[in-house]
Amino acid sequence: MAESIQRYTKDHEWARNSAEGVYVGISDYAQKELGDVVFVDLPDAGVVLGQGKSFATVESVKAVSEIYAPLDGEVIRVNTALAEKPELVNLSPEKDGWIVLVKPTAPAQLEELMDSGNYGAYVAQIAK
Amino acid sequence: MENNSSLKKTPLYETHVENGAKFTEFGGWLMPVQYSGLIDEHLTVRSRAGLFDVSHMGEITVKGKGAVSLLQYAATNDVTRLAKKQAQYSLLLNENGGVVDDIIIYRTGDEEFFICVNASNAEKDFAHLSNLNRFGAKIENVSGLYAQIAVQGPDAARLLGAVLQVREDNLALAAFPYFTYREIVLPNEFGVKAKSLVARTGYTGEDGFEVFLPPQSVKSFWDALAEAGLEFGAKPVGLGARDTLRLEVCYPLHGHELRDDICALSANVSWAIKLQKGDFFGREALLCERDKGLAVQLAALEVISPGIVRADALVFSGDREIGWITSGTKTPTTNKAVALAYLSPPEAKLGNTVEVEVRGKRVKARIVEAPFVKPFNKR
Repeated sequence: MAESIQRYTKDHEWARNSAEGVYVGISDYAQKELGDVVFVDLPDAGVVLGQGKSFATVESVKAVSEIYAPLDGEVIRVNTALAEKPELVNLSPEKDGWIVLVKPTAPAQLEELMDSGNYGAYVAQIAK
Repeated sequence: MENNSSLKKTPLYETHVENGAKFTEFGGWLMPVQYSGLIDEHLTVRSRAGLFDVSHMGEITVKGKGAVSLLQYAATNDVTRLAKKQAQYSLLLNENGGVVDDIIIYRTGDEEFFICVNASNAEKDFAHLSNLNRFGAKIENVSGLYAQIAVQGPDAARLLGAVLQVREDNLALAAFPYFTYREIVLPNEFGVKAKSLVARTGYTGEDGFEVFLPPQSVKSFWDALAEAGLEFGAKPVGLGARDTLRLEVCYPLHGHELRDDICALSANVSWAIKLQKGDFFGREALLCERDKGLAVQLAALEVISPGIVRADALVFSGDREIGWITSGTKTPTTNKAVALAYLSPPEAKLGNTVEVEVRGKRVKARIVEAPFVKPFNKR
């Protein structure tokens, strides 16, 4: 696998490739908007993801947010630590708070997403 | 935020923006939903003190000959049992026995009352009272004349005493009991001879106060509370935590547990409905519903399987739909997913297990005793 790259979606998910597959989670901006996360409804391993389609939900005390797949693929692993510690999504959204590990079926989709610079500009635009 | 131009703002809106609050629409108002974080704010109220801007709440006065008769007829509780300087929780019903609003009535004179009503219902309540006013009472919607700050939590008396420059023992529960109020002239720094009504009431299940004061005084008063509160670890608290606090102690929220189209007897607030006091508007419908058997009954649920259930989710027993969730969340104090639900009465039995549909999946819940957390006066 080539160097690790991390990309972002307009729905505020991030996706980062690795030797094992593509890790997916929600961005730091998303966790701040959501507030205290108290439950993550995880999919099962083996679930097939379609780019842009909802595959999990993250719940704060107040609200439910859908998580959309950044790319096509299959869930290889889920972050079971979130069952006990959903607050990892707040504490470490782009690292320990990852949600699923995905085996992509169209790896090129990753590069087409926003890089951190473009995503930063996108978020700044929304916040206006 | 977009499209908020039509929403009303309290005099503290800019202060909340400066404090980094997030906002939400509530009852036609743009209100702070959270500041430091909902869980932190919630636990601060349970352990120290929280400051709430509740200036969106409405106020109505009923005065003059006929005031007692009107409220005795229009509201469910017995207003003749209310002495001056006391407060009483009550309901306004429609002719079907549904709840127009839940209110707190303060008796300010022999024939003089100050009523706090829900923000979105103020105009409706005013019209409702006016329609029932064959007693000649003078009714005024004075919502524009008052801002309201709630100070809630175990340290509320110390904090409020410091800012009002009132001796602490005068704010002790023995001297100033729950559901009473005092008229207090604010210190001059908050406006020359500005009058406030300070009530020992609240919507959090903690000891605390609700302070009605002139809108032009509220900014300096809030700032003083926030500054004095630093010493106690007190914080501003948004509507998000206000909702989880009231849900833990099972206080009903109009539009959720109390509704125009649900019989008031279903809502576990019968202690505020005095069927024996004589005629009142909606009473006949209540008696009729009681004799017929209630269609639904409010129940407290604890979610057993992983997941959180929320308002409007449907409740099942096997294949049978037996009701719906009125409010639900994961509560910060107990860290459990809990809910209130309207259920068909035979299903609303303690210990009964039901299923709630959440995004196409079934989540198991058990009916438990309310409340989930005891309010301070029952601990």
